[in-house]
Amino acid sequence: MQAQLRKSLPQAAIAWFLASPLTLVLAGFLVLPIVMIVIVSFWGATEFSIYPAFLFDNYEFLLSSRVTYAVFLNTAKYALVTWAITLVLGFTVAYFLAFHVRSLTWQVALFLLCTIPFWTSNIIRMISWIPFLGRNGIANSALISMGVIDEPLEWLLFSDFSVILAFVHLYTLFMVVPIFNTMMRIDKSLIEAAYDNGATGFQTLTNVIIPLTKPGIVIGSIFVVTLVMGDFITVRFMSGSQSANVGRLISNDIALLQYPSAAATAVVLLITVLIVIGILLRFVDIRKEL
Amino acid sequence: MDGKRPSSFYILAAVFALFILFLYGPTITIGILSFQGEGGGLTFPMRGVSLHWFAELFQQQAVGDIWGSFSRSLILGLMVMVTTVVVSIMGGLAFRKKFAGSGVLFYLVIASLVIPSILVSLGVGLIFSQSGLPVHWATSGYGAQLTWTLPFGLLIMFAVFNRFDKSYEEAARDLGASPWQTFRFVVLPIIAPSLIGVALFGFTLSYDEFARTLLTSGSYNTLPLEIYGMTTNVTTPVIFALGTLTTAFSFIVIGVALAAFMLFGRRRAKQGSDAGKGMV
Repeated sequence: MQAQLRKSLPQAAIAWFLASPLTLVLAGFLVLPIVMIVIVSFWGATEFSIYPAFLFDNYEFLLSSRVTYAVFLNTAKYALVTWAITLVLGFTVAYFLAFHVRSLTWQVALFLLCTIPFWTSNIIRMISWIPFLGRNGIANSALISMGVIDEPLEWLLFSDFSVILAFVHLYTLFMVVPIFNTMMRIDKSLIEAAYDNGATGFQTLTNVIIPLTKPGIVIGSIFVVTLVMGDFITVRFMSGSQSANVGRLISNDIALLQYPSAAATAVVLLITVLIVIGILLRFVDIRKEL
Repeated sequence: MDGKRPSSFYILAAVFALFILFLYGPTITIGILSFQGEGGGLTFPMRGVSLHWFAELFQQQAVGDIWGSFSRSLILGLMVMVTTVVVSIMGGLAFRKKFAGSGVLFYLVIASLVIPSILVSLGVGLIFSQSGLPVHWATSGYGAQLTWTLPFGLLIMFAVFNRFDKSYEEAARDLGASPWQTFRFVVLPIIAPSLIGVALFGFTLSYDEFARTLLTSGSYNTLPLEIYGMTTNVTTPVIFALGTLTTAFSFIVIGVALAAFMLFGRRRAKQGSDAGKGMV
């Protein structure tokens, strides 16, 4: 007992030592910056500089502006539509990989094929839609030559359509990976039991597989929703600067050196994101899923 | 289960194939278009086939400081990679023990992953500018990128250590190994293949990072920032050529990581269990 006690103290010290680099990085580059943003959101600004103060002006302006609500609504719209599409698409892809591909080698190979784009540049992947969607792009030329349309469609590029297309293109991976991961852990005998008891394929899907895949779905949803809500570059690039979301509101303020106003918007965005995550986390215990 | 596949298999296989086409199609398209002839534009038809746009990349004055930004991204990527591997191993080992504050630290790791990148960028930029420190890609940019790569590294380490058989360590300890020896000669070789994964995440996520680097890199751009700058003022296929080159570079990095991973597996299979192979 005594020996154990003597051993347990250094154990905690070792754990703290091992965790210290991680703690330092997160304290210095995550916690402090957030604290700084909260502080600066109460500061004042002139056209050229910002000065320490304790003002509610930034929030007052932000929350009394109609633009703010329109932009937040637009952001929510992007998040919701992207979430719905990536969920259906990601679930289908993961379901195919986990239950229809039978050899592990093929599963790993096809899974890798899905994940490789994640390790390449998002900006390049956005740019690569231009020759597809442009006025004289591949989509329009193909549709015209097939006789489906007479004139090029204008809404393919630099529109809400292209923004959501790019989001789906960039972020479906974040759905596929966690959903596939939980599906692979489902005991196959449960599915056989469902069949043996006379369940149809669809009943097995809705009554067995989907409930058991819920943790993966929730984790994937957290990824997709937070990525879309915090984005500013995809919306700016794919909408040709014609649509706005909260991220763009912040980056526009930054470009004008209006840091306090940007910080106030950032705080509101952060609170919104945390509320959404809080709601999603009610459905799953992340620590248990790792 | 019998060998015959249900009809749903073919439908899902078709969906999967379309999904893969959707993922890779655009990239392949700009790959082709980067060989556009000299008079060609940003879309089809191809007006001849040439290496003109690749050649243009090597003419410094034509388009920004591509090679400077590439070398900065490369160095930064390697810095972030090494740090991510070391800090993730240490953090992963720490979380195997119980320590006060582990719950808070865990949620900080998750927060680091889901927090909008622009907040990190803005906050780090503000701290540096208000304290009079110059923002630089190797200091503020480096730290900001770590908040993005470390969570991925740690999640991999959590997965690895959750499946880790503790009896290997106990055996080492029983044979008189010190904690360091146990780590160096038992734990590290076992987790080594996963570390390739952590390194791959560390390097590629840094190499392609945009939002967290935007306000933290100072006056010298990294490659993604340079490319983004080009999108607003370059209207020739030269941007496709650059995109093709940097994607090819990413593919090489991924290929090397996968090859190293498989090599590990093969070596392990060779050196592994010799049960039933002699002395019977």
